[in-house]
Order: sequence, then structure tokens, then C-alpha cells
Amino acid sequence: MLWLLFFLVTAIHAELCQPGAENAFKVRLSIRTALGDKAYAWDTNEEYLFKAMVAFSMRKVPNREATEISHVLLCNVTQRVSFWFVVTDPSKNHTLPAVEVQSAIRMNKNRINNAFFLNDQTLEFLKISSTLAPPMDPSVPIWIIVFGVIFCIVIVAIALLILSGIWQRRRKNKEPSEVDDAEDKCENMITIENGIPSDPLDMKGGHINDAFMTEDERLTPL
Amino acid sequence: MAHAPEPDPAASDLGDERPKWDNKAQYLLSCIGFAVGLGNIWRFPYLCQTYGGGAFLIPYVIALVFEGIPIFHVELAIGQRLRKGSVGVWTAISPYLSGVGLGCVTLSFLISLYYNTIVAWVLWYLLNSFQHPLPWSSCPPDLNRTGFVEECQGSSAVSYFWYRQTLNITADIDDSGSIQWWLLICLAASWAVVYMCVIRGIETTGKVIYFTALFPYLVLTIFLIRGLTLPGATKGLIYLFTPNMHILQNPRVWLDAATQIFFSLSLAFGGHIAFASYNSPRNDCQKDAVVIALVNSMTSLYASIAVFSVLGFKATNDYEHCLDRNILSLINEFDFPEQSISRDDYPAVLMHLNATWPKRVAQLPLKACLLEDFLDKSASGPGLAFIIFTETVLHMPGAPVWAVLFFGMLFTLGLSTMFGTVEAVITPLLDVGVLPRWVPKEALTGLVCLVCFLSATCFTLQSGNYWLEIFDNFAASLNLLMLAFLEVVGVVYVYGMKRFCDDIAWMTGRRPSPYWRLTWRVVSPLLLLTIFVAYIILLFWKPLSYKAWNPKYELFPSRQEKLYPGWVRAACVLLSLLPVLWVPVAALAQLLTRRRRTWRDRDARPDTDMRLDTDTRPDTDTR
Repeated sequence: MLWLLFFLVTAIHAELCQPGAENAFKVRLSIRTALGDKAYAWDTNEEYLFKAMVAFSMRKVPNREATEISHVLLCNVTQRVSFWFVVTDPSKNHTLPAVEVQSAIRMNKNRINNAFFLNDQTLEFLKISSTLAPPMDPSVPIWIIVFGVIFCIVIVAIALLILSGIWQRRRKNKEPSEVDDAEDKCENMITIENGIPSDPLDMKGGHINDAFMTEDERLTPL
Repeated sequence: MAHAPEPDPAASDLGDERPKWDNKAQYLLSCIGFAVGLGNIWRFPYLCQTYGGGAFLIPYVIALVFEGIPIFHVELAIGQRLRKGSVGVWTAISPYLSGVGLGCVTLSFLISLYYNTIVAWVLWYLLNSFQHPLPWSSCPPDLNRTGFVEECQGSSAVSYFWYRQTLNITADIDDSGSIQWWLLICLAASWAVVYMCVIRGIETTGKVIYFTALFPYLVLTIFLIRGLTLPGATKGLIYLFTPNMHILQNPRVWLDAATQIFFSLSLAFGGHIAFASYNSPRNDCQKDAVVIALVNSMTSLYASIAVFSVLGFKATNDYEHCLDRNILSLINEFDFPEQSISRDDYPAVLMHLNATWPKRVAQLPLKACLLEDFLDKSASGPGLAFIIFTETVLHMPGAPVWAVLFFGMLFTLGLSTMFGTVEAVITPLLDVGVLPRWVPKEALTGLVCLVCFLSATCFTLQSGNYWLEIFDNFAASLNLLMLAFLEVVGVVYVYGMKRFCDDIAWMTGRRPSPYWRLTWRVVSPLLLLTIFVAYIILLFWKPLSYKAWNPKYELFPSRQEKLYPGWVRAACVLLSLLPVLWVPVAALAQLLTRRRRTWRDRDARPDTDMRLDTDTRPDTDTR
């Protein structure tokens, strides 16, 4: 009698969880791709954890707070590590609608991923598309910052070049007028002296009389 | 040695002395920087690959020897001898040929518009390379965040970043769209950098050129070393350099080799004339011409080795990813354990599965993965830089560093070419004295850069890329060929071969050998004429069309081929003719001025003999 009941229960369960059954989802894990050497083996304990995570996700849905681990059925586990699962209602006769399971999984995908050290690419729920992470948008895009730096440097350099050009030109304009003043002074001196034109020996202002012996030349050099 | 008369003192600037290069190295680096540009990186490797690898070097070297170096020597010689920019040089050679100089100036202006836009694009990519992960590494999610943006999903993340997030391109050239502000500010920054470097002419350019001309070589070496250490690099090099001699029977190869050498040396811009005019007259321009041309070609070869090794890595990478995707499909379908099929086992396993489960295998999206197919996928121009290289860089460890190096190199390459192009516009304007003497040079340079920037804003529209291709294909190519032809013919037949050889003997200390005389007189003009005619035929062989990026196209991501509308075709014709129109217009204007002067003289002195007319040229008029 007990055996009959057991067979009946497993038969019903088997009917509920079948590849391609109504409200069933296929899951695929790529543990070795994600973790390489640190990959763990997929055994019944991992399956238990999976059932727990799915039950946890369902419990967050309003009206489904009573979902237990035993309500989640797994079947067709392959070496790929892929399997099918369904979530049944407390009576264990019907499966919960796919839409509810879908939204529950989607909202908690991150927690489920973390429980298995996987990500959206390595833990796939076929037919449940995951919400993608929002793009990391800093308040000011990085390129604008770099642009601002470069542009400021360029503007400062241009300003410096223009200013130095103006300053150079002003200096060049001042030099001929200074030379002209010195020439005028010398010419005046020529006319003031005796009337005999003497060549201005030093244009830099001041007037050295080379006929006068300097200290160094008093003694004849050896 | 025949003594030619000293250069005319009137040829040098009255009053201010003509600026001089600080040393020979600056002059050589400026010419090299002007010649070595983006084309060396993204045009030559593509041609090498398309036209039978190593075999392409044969027509390339022949074109260099018979066309490139002779014309280049002519440009340097006339600039150095006559000590003026292109307008002044051609007015000195013959007043009727002043149109050639004006054409060069107009052409350089048009080219600088679109060339600096490309530099602005490079700058945009450079600015975006300072982050990890790089913005073109993944598609942005769509509004619901359930998947990626459809356009990106259909093409690729790099294509999406280029066509949508950079250009924001429209599907049709008629649809101009709006100005993209980020491109506009990048364009402003590019022109600001160009202005900063040419602000006082060669005084400032000469200092910056040490960096902008030498930095690309440093980066190329780094990429070469890195490229050769990447897996698959040797496969790329072997495949792409293996000569295929049969391709030489195709006349297109010869045409493309000749055009490539011509555009690569940046001939007929007037930039080399401008640079040479700042030289001292007694300078060996013959040696300079040979050295610079050889350095340019060597750079092309060096760059193609670096590019091919990186592309070989990319092809191997893509091939392995293709295999991996197929293997994953098989594993997922048949629920084999992970990583149970290696890449080497794949063909055998596929055959076995095809025999046992043909129906299941048939419905899988398996692609044929052939390494040669990936190696064959080539691109030239912006496609190479902004799509293929950006994707390759993603797979290299430390991607942002490589991206910064690569786009920094492209930026400096483009910049050094811009110096020559802008100098080709500014030097003639300074010589002609467009602005009064009391206006400082900085103001003239600033005005030129501002006008160029404002004119180039049309390329920041959404359809800007289409217009840029038009400028590149129509404004640049045909006009350069025509002007170069007129240059050679003008110098050899109008200025006079004997006079030219005497000038060169005076400048360099030896007369040009028969090789030079033969190429100038016969070979180069003939070659240019042939190229020009062939170019025209090929350009107008089929109706003018362009390839548009249309997400709604059935065969997306292939680009949709569309015909140019009528008004655009008119613009193409205008661009092809405008610079060269200066030649007949200027000649006509000169003719009319002389006639008017003769009439005026005759009216003032009605009794004098007509032979005392100042115009000693034989008059074709019946009078």
C-alpha cells in the first residue's frame, strides 16, 4: 500500500516536472567557465541550495509566502549541468503560473547568482531574461574632464604665445628709439666741443676719453 | 660648374627677413611629418593586403622612382629657389600660371577642412580611452533593461559606438540632422591645437614638430613589439605578405600604387613649397627629396608590419571565438559536460553528431569558421582605425593603455600633416600681403584657423561622414593630380629646363643627372596624365553612389548602397573643378590686365612705336 502511494506521488511529481512541461523552466549552469580551477561539483546539496533559492524568491511574491523547498521540483539533471524545474502550489497538484515564477526569479537574480558565485552569463534561466545592470554613468562623463584639462592647457598656451609675441614686438619697437636718442646725444656733444668733429667712441651714453691712460696701462706689459 | 645668377634680392621679403628654420632637422622633420600621415597607417596596409601582399611593393617602388621622387624634387627646388609660397612661386615662374598657386591654396583649404575633422574624431576616441572598461566594449542596455539596444545587437558594440554614439549618423545624405555638440567641441579643440602650433609660423611649428613627428614612430615600435608577441601575429604577417605575382596583371594595381605614392607624399598641396621656401638657398634639395620620400615609404612598410601583426592576432582571436560559439551550441544542445570538446576535436565531433543526429545539428546556428576568411576581412580608412583596431584593442590586456597609445599616435600623425596643409594656406597669404603689414602674424593665423573651423562645422552634422567621403573622393584626388601635372609641365616647359637645372646646380652644387631630366620631361607628366584619365574613367564608370548606415535596412549591418541625389552630384562636380578653375581664370585675368595696360599706354603716347610696349611676349592678336 505504502509502495503504491509512493509510486503515485513520484508519478504525479514526474508529470509536473518534465522537459517542456507547462510552467517548467530550463536552467543551465556553466560552473567551470566561471570559476575555472575553483569549480565545485554539482551534487544533490547544490540542488538543495537551488531549490532553497527558488523557494526564497517565490516567498517574496505576495500570496506565495507559504512556498516551501519541497514545492520546488527538479528533473532531468544532465552532465552539462542543466535541468528543468517547476514550482508547485501547497497542494502539490498544480504548478504555479510561469509569469509569477518569472518575475520572482528576475527580481532576485542577483542573490541567486551570488549564492552560486556565478553571473547572468553562466547561470542561465532560459526564457527568463535578466534585467541588465544599469550603465555606470558618472555624473560628469570622464571624457569631458579630460577634454576640459586639455582645452584649458591649450588656451593658456595660446594666450602666453600671443602675449609674448606682443611683448617681443613692443621691445623691438623700443630699441630703435633708444639707439636714436644716443645718436642725438653724441651729435650734440660733437657740436658743443671745439667745433672739431670727433668720432663718438662709445654709443652707450657716457663718453670715454681714450687718450687718457688707465691704471692698467701705466706699466708697460711684459 | 655654370654659375647661375644669385637669387633675386627682391625675392626675399622687403623689410622683415624671411623666417628661417632653426636647423636642418626641423625642416626635415616637418616635411616628413607632413608626408607621413594617416594614409600611411590605414591605406598602405590595406592596399598591400588587397593587391597580393609583397607583390604590391613592385608597382609601389616603380611609382616612387618614376613619379613620386621627381615631382617631390621639383616642389622642393622651386620653393627653395624662389623663396615664396605657392602663389608667389607660380607668379614668379609665369604670371599666367599664378592660377596654379591659387589652386593649390584653395585645395589646401578644402583639404584642411575635412582632414582636421578626422583629427577631431581621433581626439574624441582618445578622450574616451581614459576609462576602464572602454565605452565601446559593450552595448548599452535598452530602455526596459531587458536586453541590449537593437541597433547594437544587430551590428556590434564597436560599430554602434562609431556610427551612433560618435557620428549619430543619419540613414541618408539628404537628411542632414543636427550638429552634434560633442563633435563640435572636439573640432574646436583640434583647431585650437593647430592654431597653437602654427601661431607664429615655422617658429612655433619647428619646436612642436620634434614631438609630433617622432612620437608616432615610438608608438609604432611599441605596437610592433606588442603585436609580434601576441598569438596569431605571425600567421597574419605570413598571410598578408605572401606575394601573389598574378595580381600584377590587373591594371588597377598599378593605378592604385601610383595614386598611393602620390597622395602619400602630399604632393601638389603647396605645403612642401612653403616649407622649402624657409630654407637657405644653398641647400641640397635633391638629397632632401630622396631622403624624405624614402623615409615616407619605409614608414609605410614599418606601419604595415605593425598593423598586420595586430590584425593577425585579431583574426586568430575571431576564429577562436567562432569555434567556441559553435562548440557551445553543440554542448548546450546535446548537454555534454562543459569544456568537453576542444577546438581541435571540434571537426571530428561535428561529423560524428551530424551522422547520428542530423536533424538536431541542422537547426543549430553553426557558422563555418575559416581562419582565411577572418584574415581576408580588411578595411581601409576610418573603418580600420575606428572599428577594427578599437575591437582588437579590447582583447589586449590593459586595453585603455593601448587605446590611448594608438589614438595618440593617430592624433600626432594627423596634426603634423595639418601643419603642412595650414602652412600651405598661410605662407602664400603672408607673401601676397592680404592683410596690411601692421597686422601681426598671429592675427592672420588666427583668422585662417577661425574661418576653417567655422567652415568645417558642416562635418559635425549627422550626415557629416557622407560629406567627408565626398570631399575626400572628389575635392582632393582629381585636383591634386591636375595641379601636379601643371606643376611639372609649368616648371619644365614654361620656366625652362635649362634655367631650372642651372638653379639646381647653383643650390646643390651639381647639375641634375639624366634620370631627373628624363623623368621631369617625359615620364612623370605621362604617368600623371595616365593616372588622371584612368581615375576619371573609374570614378564615372558607374553612377555615383555611397554606402549608408541604415538600421532599417534588411541586410543590416551591411551598409546600404544609395545613389547620390542630383544636388549632391552637382556639388561633387563643383568640388572637382573649383580649385583647378583658378588656372584659366587667373590666366585670363592676366591676359586682360596686360591688354588694358597696352591700350592705356597706347592712348597716353599715341605717336610712339607699338614695339616699345612692355609686353615682349609674342602677341597672338591680329593687331
